[in-house]
Amino acid sequence: MLRSLQIEPEKCTGCLQCEMACSYQAEGVFNPSKSRIKIFTFHDEGRFVPYTCTQCTEAWCLHACPVEAIVINEATGAKEVIDDICVGCKVCTIACPFGTVNYNQETAVVQKCDLCGGDPECAKACPTQAITYVDSDHSGLERMRAHAAQNLPQDNA
Amino acid sequence: MKHVIVGAGPSGVIAAETLRKVDPTSSIILIGDEPEPPYSRMALPYYLIDKIKEEGTYLRKSSSHFGNKDIDIIRDRVSTIDPKNKSLNLEHHDVINYDKLLIATGSHPITPPIEGMDLPGIHSCWTLEDGRNIVNKAKPGSNVVLMGAGFIGCIILESLALRKVNLTVIEMGDRMVPRMMDQTAGNMIKSWCQDKGVSVHTSTRVDAIEKGSGDSLKVKLDNGEVLDADLVISATGVAANIQFLDGSGLETDEGVLVNDRLQSNIADIYAAGDVCQGKDFSTGEYSVQAIQPTAADHGRIAAMNMAGKDTVHQGCVNMNVLDTMGLISSSYGLWMGIDGGESAKLCDNDRYRYLSLSFEDDVMVGAQAVGLTQHVGVLRGLIQTKLNLGKWKDHLIKDPTRIMEAYLANTQAIGHNAGVI
Repeated sequence: MLRSLQIEPEKCTGCLQCEMACSYQAEGVFNPSKSRIKIFTFHDEGRFVPYTCTQCTEAWCLHACPVEAIVINEATGAKEVIDDICVGCKVCTIACPFGTVNYNQETAVVQKCDLCGGDPECAKACPTQAITYVDSDHSGLERMRAHAAQNLPQDNA
Repeated sequence: MKHVIVGAGPSGVIAAETLRKVDPTSSIILIGDEPEPPYSRMALPYYLIDKIKEEGTYLRKSSSHFGNKDIDIIRDRVSTIDPKNKSLNLEHHDVINYDKLLIATGSHPITPPIEGMDLPGIHSCWTLEDGRNIVNKAKPGSNVVLMGAGFIGCIILESLALRKVNLTVIEMGDRMVPRMMDQTAGNMIKSWCQDKGVSVHTSTRVDAIEKGSGDSLKVKLDNGEVLDADLVISATGVAANIQFLDGSGLETDEGVLVNDRLQSNIADIYAAGDVCQGKDFSTGEYSVQAIQPTAADHGRIAAMNMAGKDTVHQGCVNMNVLDTMGLISSSYGLWMGIDGGESAKLCDNDRYRYLSLSFEDDVMVGAQAVGLTQHVGVLRGLIQTKLNLGKWKDHLIKDPTRIMEAYLANTQAIGHNAGVI
């Protein structure tokens, strides 16, 4: 069973524990700026929105890479950066239309969500289950419905 | 079905792989004229600084990759094509016939019409062979003159600086990367480089290059200055490799002319990558972009059409990302803005930070950024989805850094009435 990160912004309190957990798992430091998942703040709406790579099928980052440094983990479906092969050219960072591949100047390679190899720390750290790791077939439908409904009557948020 | 691809760069390789996927029983031949396995020119700057070995530039890392996919690689140069007989003449091999042909021959560095450009000690930085020559000659302390501060010049600039040479950059435009970024950004990059000890002359031309003492060269500038150089690197632009198509009946302009299926005027011949004058997403016109993401897109789409799977090319967003000695810049689409369109700008010269967004009505059509590495890709997303930003356009004019929020607010259910719970 392929699993995906399911994100439900309405449950997010903006505590940033996911960012801390991600940064610690990926870089060994508690530094939200190193996190692959980011919480965006909407003060006017009183909302926090966690956002990270959706491991999209199109995988613009993977196709744009000139040296085959982004590969698919067949077990998790994640598109993973191989640090030893990445030259740091950053083409993937402009190719990803979701903005979820970032260049890390300290390591001189790019970084993106790799689903922690199938046991994502962000989901475990989230105290409100705004981030869960669920069967891919069951993710997204509610959010698609909500987004469609939100756009129905008039203008969006 | 027999597919023949001329050119073993990213576009040709991706086309070959796509063909294998969608046309499994076809025969696929990939012709490249360089001795190495298919490699990426994008990776050369990292080879120059010893971050990677030659193998690190290879497009595919496994030596059995092409064999496993039953893609035949022929190392040779195509001299002419004969569309009537559907065949190719090669310099060293026998004639090859094709059912479908892809021209993916890329581009070559142009030699500016300057006296002395044929002297030894003047190199381009385009092939692995060029890279080896530069590595041999660009020793610490040697005098190096870099002609051209466009995209390629700026990328090599960093490698040369890291090799600790005495570097002088000559650019005839009034700023660095003039075809990628505006005055503010181009001058910001220039002052950053000067701050790091690189001598940068903009609005300056090289008049002539002459032999100096021993192996050295004398580079004469139009301001009267004469520079001693152990090595001159010419990075004054590239042009499509279309010369071999002369007389073939294939229509060309800047590159091979194609329709929105990447098909040339001859039905069984397609073009992709740097050699292809393909559709630009932003202008709707056909132009040569010569960038990696476009080469990748072209390769895939041309292959789909060659395999009979009708696929429309919507046009590629022109975009670039550049690292100039640690200062990272990027630009997208109509970064220069449009007549009558609004823009949002945020500039901090002292901290080398700049962000400029261009709009047409409430749709973002272009962007440029200096010093931004987080979430830059969303600029492409905002442009290519033609997202109506609504009130978020005003938010962005007040604070252009809120690009991710603008994207999320318009694509995700986040408002009070999201109604998910």
